[in-house]
Amino acid sequence: MPGKYHIETKEVPPRFNAVGRFGIIDLYETCARGCRNCVKKKCIYDIHKKEFDFAHSLDRPTEFMNECMNCLMCVQNCTRGALTRTQNPEYTWLGNEYWKPAIIAGIWKMAATAKLPVSGAGYGGPFSGPGFDSMWTDMSEIVRPTRDGIHGREYISTSVDIGGLPSNLEFSPGGELLGEESPVIDLPVPFILEVPRFGTVSRNVLEAMTRAARGMDTLFALDAEDAEEFAAGYAGWLAPRVKNSAIEKHAALIKSVRMICLEDSPDVLNAVARVKAINPGAVVKIRLALGDGADERVIELVEAGVEAIQLSADINGDIAYSDGRVEFIKDAFRRIHSLLVDRCVRDRATLIADGGIAMAEHLAKIIICGADCASLGVPFLVAMECRMCGACSRGVECPVNMSEVPPEDGAWRVMNLAAAWRNQLLEVLGAMGIREARRLRGEFGRAMFREDLERDTFQKIFAGA
Amino acid sequence: MSMTIDNEIAAAPATREIKTAPSRFRNQIGAYKIFRSENCIGCGKCASLCPHGVHERFGDSGKMVRPRDYRCRGENCRSEEYFCINKCPVGALALRRNPVYSTLGDYRWTADLILSTWDQAENGHITNETLESEFGASGGGFDKLRFRFPAVPSGVDPSEVDTSLELNRRSDDPAAHKIKIDVPWYGGGMSFGSISDNMMVSRARAAAAWNTFTCTGEGGYPELLRPYDDHIITQIATGLFGVREETIQRVKIAEFKYAQGAKPGLGGHLLGDKNTADVARMREAVQGTALFSPFPFHSVYSIEDHKKHVDWIKAMNPRALISAKVAAPSDVDMVAVGCYYAGVHIVHVDGSYGGTGAAPDIAKKNIALPIEYAITRVHNFLADEGVRDEITLIASGGLRSAHDIAKAIALGADGVVIGTSDMVAVECIRCGNCESGRGCARGIASTDRELKNLIDVEYATQRLINLYNSYREQLVGIISRLGLRSVAELRGRTDLLMHLDYSKPE
Repeated sequence: MPGKYHIETKEVPPRFNAVGRFGIIDLYETCARGCRNCVKKKCIYDIHKKEFDFAHSLDRPTEFMNECMNCLMCVQNCTRGALTRTQNPEYTWLGNEYWKPAIIAGIWKMAATAKLPVSGAGYGGPFSGPGFDSMWTDMSEIVRPTRDGIHGREYISTSVDIGGLPSNLEFSPGGELLGEESPVIDLPVPFILEVPRFGTVSRNVLEAMTRAARGMDTLFALDAEDAEEFAAGYAGWLAPRVKNSAIEKHAALIKSVRMICLEDSPDVLNAVARVKAINPGAVVKIRLALGDGADERVIELVEAGVEAIQLSADINGDIAYSDGRVEFIKDAFRRIHSLLVDRCVRDRATLIADGGIAMAEHLAKIIICGADCASLGVPFLVAMECRMCGACSRGVECPVNMSEVPPEDGAWRVMNLAAAWRNQLLEVLGAMGIREARRLRGEFGRAMFREDLERDTFQKIFAGA
Repeated sequence: MSMTIDNEIAAAPATREIKTAPSRFRNQIGAYKIFRSENCIGCGKCASLCPHGVHERFGDSGKMVRPRDYRCRGENCRSEEYFCINKCPVGALALRRNPVYSTLGDYRWTADLILSTWDQAENGHITNETLESEFGASGGGFDKLRFRFPAVPSGVDPSEVDTSLELNRRSDDPAAHKIKIDVPWYGGGMSFGSISDNMMVSRARAAAAWNTFTCTGEGGYPELLRPYDDHIITQIATGLFGVREETIQRVKIAEFKYAQGAKPGLGGHLLGDKNTADVARMREAVQGTALFSPFPFHSVYSIEDHKKHVDWIKAMNPRALISAKVAAPSDVDMVAVGCYYAGVHIVHVDGSYGGTGAAPDIAKKNIALPIEYAITRVHNFLADEGVRDEITLIASGGLRSAHDIAKAIALGADGVVIGTSDMVAVECIRCGNCESGRGCARGIASTDRELKNLIDVEYATQRLINLYNSYREQLVGIISRLGLRSVAELRGRTDLLMHLDYSKPE
């Protein structure tokens, strides 16, 4: 019996003290000094002591409680009321309106520990929101042949295929299979790694992601020039992005890999043929930007026999149209998936989602909306401690020195995050009673969309009244 | 059983009498901070002016007690005669927003809702009306619903309003208990393990005082609860931890937990650290090991299987009412009707934003329906099937206030279950660390022998009794203003509600 897939993890503490959400401030004038009941000594999480040690060991006084667990016991019990808690302003500056501070802080935690986030109390977020927050996954209360409590997890597969499936097989009168077998890559996780479209992507970052791709047995898409450097020992896990004009130049590299990435262009089909001439056993993926004309282009490419298409939104998952409309990636995928299903060609190509996948739940949700898998870059950069502060784009020095990420630790942090995400994917797959990530694809029936629920509930009751 | 609870107090029945139950913390949190500078001459003018008791003079010593600024109304006082900041003869007082206030709460439980719940738990009524006690900031569901109160007073005397709720409506089970509770809510299941015996017994005493119920959750039936058997629902969940024939026989209501709103489709989980010696003994498990309740009941894959479950309990305790607690998937309406046909008396739908002792964050946010959507769905489906008045529909999962309770009933529930409000009443701040290490640092969701004693049974009981009183007062106010005379009349009256996004303005 083959071994079960498992992502190796290792606890890797951050190189820099993580930016915490809260700060506890001492009002020194009020403190009694020498008080024998100091509440700081009673912190059940020992945060004050850790902070004290940290501040002293680095000779860097800090008032911010980066790991404060938010229990307020010290604030509420201090004899003189000398402590107060504030929001750490630095925390609110993390990320942007899509990559919220909580998302970034969450990624850091998972990247350090590989644990899936568990907490008590109910969900405290908004009722619903834009983007992925406007959908819920569904669970089935009674019929659940696949779910066997927490112990059923090992029977859930997160594998997906990259490549096209023919709609039927044809045989000669003698029983010989006709036509060529199309190449398929069996990925054990529903995502590939890609060079982040944002931030300081140093050589060390590339090396860390290359190692992680091999460690998890997935693929890492990077420019062919960089791929050449890592090809020795890692070729099977690299997916070089090759320019149409440089295909023959990288022939040796192309021969050694399982997937080649091309940018969409008017003569891309010709480029595909040239790549296939070099390595017929490899899957060729074409990336195109979602937006004007993308729907028609996808149909055109699939019907022309392209095996894998990566559809990109921006890093926030938004797609801008020339008429000023902005669409979110999940809606584009729902539509394009349905178009392909209607034309009976959906299984001829793999659709890869790119952009706006910032949490494990987004991965599950984009698969429900019709993606086979996702291409992830930014989350893994954040796993290596990127703060998404934008210093690099302003030409300012990176506060976490991304060019000095130790490749080995970086790889562990990427794998830790991936393991935590996969773990969460197993949770929702289990709750949905679905046994395979493959079967989740386009399973709109396992999701509930806000617009439908509002229409059937409140709109029905109140708009008519 | 742990020896730390005073068994006499635990066994002494509490009454509905409202007694002030102040915070157990030295520094109570409010929306504002008052600073008194060294210029203060201790004249006591502020103490004589402030109607909210913020200032107090320390006897005749000429010294002032540290301001009780959690009672301060801040800017709301500025136009008042008694605004202490302006009236201080030496200008020694300064007013600021409390920085802690801005860090408190979240979209669902805003800082105001938490502070207002504390106010109600301390005083038995809303005393600080400057706090928003009706709505959260979630931007959907209950927070978008408003009552359409008539412009002219209804003329209904609040003292005539009946808030009771009949839990057994089945006409085909005459032998079962007839149970009427005095308020349309009872306490949700919280196990021994997730919370302490101090907290459990406090909830039971408050439930008894208000003639309603509380639920043991899955994790055994501590002996301390014996005096309150008639106000306890015992839960039967998939792990069957601490479930015995004898505990099922001693109660009037037994609840099957098929799923929990915060983690639908996933089992219960008690982390190893919280499985202390006491908990392990109660659950007949090994101390320190993490305990999982599987999902689902392996004996139930259909409504027919569910009926066997009901029959199993009925064989042990023929007069018991049976409740089925289910989560809210898209087919929750069908599940509810199935529950009726299987013979349950109460179908309890737990929405996805409900509380939990520990759940993966991905589950809390993303799986199954928020309760606001589920209530009308189930209510209407039961009505269409012609069985609506044969079953009691209880809603839970993210109800935070008396107004949420009233809205849930107006949407179609008969009554509700509250859980998180009980926790907040005893000064939970919703930090969400219930599951980690020794459990709750504030002693609420902890079985650690040292931490759990941060909760005093008398204090917790009184805070819950006070909160329930305040909830009932507000509910009576809402019902009488609407011109109705009972909770039963409010059920399903969506015509008395408006939705900010869809209703036409009056």
